[in-house]
Amino acid sequence: MTVTAFPPSISPAEEIKGRSLWSDAWRRLLHNKAAVVSIVLLLLITLASVFGPFFSDFAYDDVSWDSISIPPDFASGHYFGTDDNGRDLFVRVMYGGRISLTVGIVATLVSLFIGVIWGATAGFIGGRVDGILMRLVDILYSVPFIFFVIMLTVVFGRNIVLIYVAIGAVSWLDMARIVRGQTMSLKKREFVEAAHAGGVRTATVIRRHIIPNCLGPVIVYVTLTVPNVILLESFLSFLGLGVQEPQTSWGVLISDGARLMESSPWALIFPAVMLAVTLGCFNFIGDGLRDALDPKDR
Amino acid sequence: MPPVLDIRDLEVRFATPDGVVEAANKVSLTVESGETLGIVGESGSGKSQVFMAVMGLLASNGRATGSVKFQGEEILGRKPSELNKIRGARMSMIFQDPMTSLNPYLTIERQLTEVLEVHRGMSSKEAREAAVAMLERVQIPEADRRISLYPFEFSGGMRQRAMIAMALLCQPELLIADEPTTALDVTVQAQILALMAELKQAGKTSFVVITHDLGVVAGLCDRVLVMYAGRVVESGPVRDIFKSPQHPYTAGLLASMPRLDETEVHRLATIPGQPPNLQRLPPGCAFSDRCPRVFELCHRERPPLATFAPGRMKACHLPHL
Amino acid sequence: MPSAAPLSSAPLLSVQDLKVHFHLGGGWFSRHKAGVVKAVDGVSFDLKPGETLGLVGESGCGKTTLGRAVLRLLPNIDGRVVWLGEDLAKLDPEAMRLKRREMQIVFQDPLAALDPRMTVGEIIGEPLRTFQPQLSNSEAKAKVQAMMARVGLLPRQVNRYPHEFSGGQCQRIGIARAMINHPKLVVCDEPVSALDVSIQAQIVNLLMDLQQEFGMSMIFISHNLSVVRHISHRIMVLYLGRVAELAGRDQLYRQPRHPYTQALISAVPIPDPDLERQKQRIVLTGDIPSPLNPPSGCAFRTRCPKATEICARVRPDLLHIETGHQVACHHWDE
Repeated sequence: MTVTAFPPSISPAEEIKGRSLWSDAWRRLLHNKAAVVSIVLLLLITLASVFGPFFSDFAYDDVSWDSISIPPDFASGHYFGTDDNGRDLFVRVMYGGRISLTVGIVATLVSLFIGVIWGATAGFIGGRVDGILMRLVDILYSVPFIFFVIMLTVVFGRNIVLIYVAIGAVSWLDMARIVRGQTMSLKKREFVEAAHAGGVRTATVIRRHIIPNCLGPVIVYVTLTVPNVILLESFLSFLGLGVQEPQTSWGVLISDGARLMESSPWALIFPAVMLAVTLGCFNFIGDGLRDALDPKDR
Repeated sequence: MPPVLDIRDLEVRFATPDGVVEAANKVSLTVESGETLGIVGESGSGKSQVFMAVMGLLASNGRATGSVKFQGEEILGRKPSELNKIRGARMSMIFQDPMTSLNPYLTIERQLTEVLEVHRGMSSKEAREAAVAMLERVQIPEADRRISLYPFEFSGGMRQRAMIAMALLCQPELLIADEPTTALDVTVQAQILALMAELKQAGKTSFVVITHDLGVVAGLCDRVLVMYAGRVVESGPVRDIFKSPQHPYTAGLLASMPRLDETEVHRLATIPGQPPNLQRLPPGCAFSDRCPRVFELCHRERPPLATFAPGRMKACHLPHL
Repeated sequence: MPSAAPLSSAPLLSVQDLKVHFHLGGGWFSRHKAGVVKAVDGVSFDLKPGETLGLVGESGCGKTTLGRAVLRLLPNIDGRVVWLGEDLAKLDPEAMRLKRREMQIVFQDPLAALDPRMTVGEIIGEPLRTFQPQLSNSEAKAKVQAMMARVGLLPRQVNRYPHEFSGGQCQRIGIARAMINHPKLVVCDEPVSALDVSIQAQIVNLLMDLQQEFGMSMIFISHNLSVVRHISHRIMVLYLGRVAELAGRDQLYRQPRHPYTQALISAVPIPDPDLERQKQRIVLTGDIPSPLNPPSGCAFRTRCPKATEICARVRPDLLHIETGHQVACHHWDE
């Protein structure tokens, strides 16, 4: 058992502020150099995506026949060069970042919301309810994803909202399974039994005790889901199923850039590097969070 | 004859995310041939870590310095390949939880015969015979049939006996038992203690019994060492320690244990305060914040461990208790 | 000393022929055939207000299961648990939930019983939120801090988290949480087994002091006979889910009648080298049988030095051999 002595500097009358597990975890995360660098990088990328386009003279859909396929050139303001339609790549990459990051975060939040409630309910109530809820998850798992998206596209046309729906509809499944597993192991822990023995209502137990204690692995999973979602969106866009012209995302840019790989390699390199760096940052942060939140170190 | 085990100024340190923890601090003790030494202490006393260091089993973030001599030979810091000639053969250890100390994937037979084949060079047939004989020695009924079972098919008491058998197979000169009966039911504990008492009578093995249970010590040990916050605070023959403890911690421990031989039931005496936090020990004597006999010197100077009578040592500023 | 004569004589709790059976295995691909573990197999006792009943026994005796069954924290309970005249089995879940205000539990693992993400104040205050929601925040906090002081914690630590406390302090937090609504019954499930010996004495004294002050009854579950002796008025010895002996404290320790009780008492090591080495030991043979397959007749017969042929055939009834002393043994008077 770890023991803490009372810090002698606090006067008897003051109430001592506790050192919560979150602050412990945050401190540990900050010791992880890769994670800290990743957080900083990610913040920079996000800021650039949001504010970057304002610093350029060009709009993302400005077609210019004079400036087709120009290599990166500081003087002309085409920091990343242009594509084969004369559109400035810097602005398009930043703009694409907006779309990709938004899809990543929104779809993940949707999956988080659905997944946590579904999983916590199934895990806590157990029995038949658990059986039904999880069999539904199993059935949905077996639906082929691409097929599903193509169907949606055929019915609703190409639409950014469609991407959110499609991706959200798929990624909550994993979250539900994880939360269910966490809930089932938490259910057996003594402090949950203590709450039940203390007369706390079931719904309150789930809300007050189960969900906050699931958050550790859930947060880790969320930071690792975002890159998966972004990748998924990029994949869809690469196939031509995602975002519609002239809107763009990193996936679309990579797809276009792949076409131009031999003549204008910058068209591929910049969006690809941005995507790779962003994914890498999320993964390092996710790993760092997993280590920081691991109770075994305590 | 040199003592079987001679530890001098052993220090065990662990590097943790919260800083360095000194689990054992300048611990010196000897185990003479044929004697049973009891090591008593609670959380934070360092009693287990001292012997993990002796056996070379410290966790990867632990470091031990000082001197540990086994039969006159220095063993601290030796390479695992050299230690392996001694461990298991001449010096062995049994642990608190037999379920986690035995390999669940190997039969008992495999685990016992492995020890004999490696250390004694026996053939598998000879090893099996010796193993069955040892299991019978530790009173496992139908040993010949049971030896082929897996650990999970044994009960807790039988598993602990199997561990003792494994530890005794090579007739070690020293057997270290770390809380050997703590995880067992009381009636099973009585059986194991009776077995250990009998082995002690019969053999030439020296024993070290590490425990927090003073009753176990009273029944088995010849000499006792009491540890607190990583240091030895008192030592002496078992009867002296129990009849006239000279350190307030030892006295407090004895007074706070409820005993079945008392005729009247009194309110329990307690040691106030909390077990020591090794990273925030009080200045001077580590026990000073809980000691009922504390005085001014105790806060300034740590009392050294000193002999005050033949065979009796204590680390306390009080002249006598 | 535990407090003198209990306050009134009508029983607070009356347990009649309680059985808790768990059904195991037997699925399509299960390696084991379906079996029944009779964790508690017909236990009856009464508990008066202000009284402490000690439950002792070893692995598989069912003492922990019994403690939870009394509080209805388990399914599959047969038999009657009568609380202040009401049969708890007949209550619907919401009515039972409301009764929990009066019957609380303290757990064995002090740290695991506390939600690591809540402050100590929130943990101790949760029963207030549950049963006295009308209290304002400041009123509730005042009650919490008063209880913290009462159990020996510093009130100014109300915002700390469980992992910042030692084991003994965590157990005090658990006790404060159990006591805050002044329950009539507290079930203590091995409350000191995970603590250092010097801290065990503190917690035992605390529980006894609280009983003096608040007058609650306790069911004190432990495998440690010495500790149980200190805190209990009466003691029940369990073996494989059945009552072996039930007696007042002094009666049990001075004149144990059941061979198992005698063996248990003799097995406890005495911290006195001369007494311990010279004492008359009753060492039982064999191991505790599996609860899946208890011996026929008397469950203890496979290890009992007095077992005879009748013990294998007939399960002994619980006999009243003198006031307040019951034994389940065919040979109790030998």
